[in-house]
Amino acid sequence: MKAIVTVIGKDKSGIIAKVSTLLAENGVNIEDISQTIVSGNFTMIMLCELSASTLSLKDLASRLTVLGEEIGVSIHTQHEDIFNAMHKI
Amino acid sequence: MISRNEVIETIDMVEKEHFDVRTVTMGLSLLSCVRATAKETAAACYDLICKRAEKIVKVADELGTEYGIPIINKRVSITPASLLTANFVGEEIVLAKELDRAAKTVGVDFLGGYSVLCQKGLTSYEKSFIESIPEALAVTDKICSSVNVGSSKAGINMDAVKLMGEIIKKAAYLTRDKDGLGCAKLVAFCNAVEDNPFMAGAFHGVTEAETVINVGVSGPGVVHHALKGLKGASLDEVAETIKKTAFKITRAGQLIAKEAAKRLNAEFGIVDLSLAPTPVMGDSVAHILEEIGLSVVGSHGTTCALAMLNDAVKKGGVMASGSVGGLSGAFIPVSEDIGMINAAKSGDITLSKLEAMTAVCSVGIDMVAIPGDTPASTISGIIADEAAIGMINNKTTAVRVIPVPNKTVGDEVEFGGLLGSAPIMPVQNSSCEVMINRGGRIPAPIHSNKN
Repeated sequence: MKAIVTVIGKDKSGIIAKVSTLLAENGVNIEDISQTIVSGNFTMIMLCELSASTLSLKDLASRLTVLGEEIGVSIHTQHEDIFNAMHKI
Repeated sequence: MISRNEVIETIDMVEKEHFDVRTVTMGLSLLSCVRATAKETAAACYDLICKRAEKIVKVADELGTEYGIPIINKRVSITPASLLTANFVGEEIVLAKELDRAAKTVGVDFLGGYSVLCQKGLTSYEKSFIESIPEALAVTDKICSSVNVGSSKAGINMDAVKLMGEIIKKAAYLTRDKDGLGCAKLVAFCNAVEDNPFMAGAFHGVTEAETVINVGVSGPGVVHHALKGLKGASLDEVAETIKKTAFKITRAGQLIAKEAAKRLNAEFGIVDLSLAPTPVMGDSVAHILEEIGLSVVGSHGTTCALAMLNDAVKKGGVMASGSVGGLSGAFIPVSEDIGMINAAKSGDITLSKLEAMTAVCSVGIDMVAIPGDTPASTISGIIADEAAIGMINNKTTAVRVIPVPNKTVGDEVEFGGLLGSAPIMPVQNSSCEVMINRGGRIPAPIHSNKN
């Protein structure tokens, strides 16, 4: 199962490190990553593979939400299908 | 990979534009629950609902988390309950209470289907059932009720229309300590649909499968936001943008509906793409119409703008889902829409204008608070007018009015939550009592004879 993890917030050092560490520790593989900064706003979108993960999507989402609150960014974790459904015909 | 803009657009829809799945509704056939007594029938209904709908709340919450789209309500709709009560006329309340208890046990927000379909004729047990509705709404918390009084195929049952005027008055009286809240859970329909997931009018039609998942998506805020970027654009561009937005919203609903059906071991029924407002800012259908170019909803041009909106929403929805159903279009409840509330307060929107609007959009005169001393025959007149619009135009229409006890024009009423608040709107003082008292049936229109 694939999920899209989106990290949005004010740029600061260590965001990628902290998010990817949490993913790696839980067996989540990052398959694609896109990151940009627009007028100080950090936006990162990661395509993650969860098949080898020890966590369910729900648990991963809540861990990432907590991490986001710690580092002061907003992190959304959503099943990939929702984006395919809404944006692809 | 999905583009950055697409990801951000989806997240913004939820975070900033109030996009949500308004309801996952499980439709349940209770026809197998008919027994000889009220107590036995009610017990069988309770058991069946608790068994089949046991996981609906859990599954809906899981899906909301996984896809990142909030699912606001979980609901159950049942076989019109009047079909279950022929064996215990006068004891319908036993069933109502047990249905309410079942809804609370499984944890759903509402249970719809305390309903009667009597568009052509009324049996003695259905008449008794209708008479039980005010008490049923007063002694339960979750039960919603509807009565279908007309259809394009059968005409209008004017005896039922007359009765419903009285029933609405009584429902208001029995819930007078809550400003007539019972009436907010009671709808009179013409051409009621059998797969509607929205309350108060949801019921599970007898032609449906045993267990069905119907999903209602919403998103007035998303459409409003999309139109903000179209200043000065022509109306065909506006229609096209609404259509595309409706497509995206419906696709999200379709995904959740299919997955919910799979996990709940039910059939996927329909996606109902209705722009259903809530009283919060940024979630208003009226504001979409104002974004199109009305200074305030209710002005001349409102009916036209709404017709375009309703049609464009349907077109986008039909493209997005293999099975669009329910009411699908734009809802115009007054108390549940901040733009409508403001227009009603300023006098810009009136019952007459609302009636015209119902000729071109989903449903009808919805969540309108009227003076508590409005005669029952006048309420019947409002129902009859709406039923006529539905019957002649082959569409669903409905009336959900609240004659608020001891309040009149100039007062306001607060229902709370999704039901919102409303100023009391004036009704015509002139009477239609003589016509309503004639009773009988208005024959089906000529265009119903298509065989």
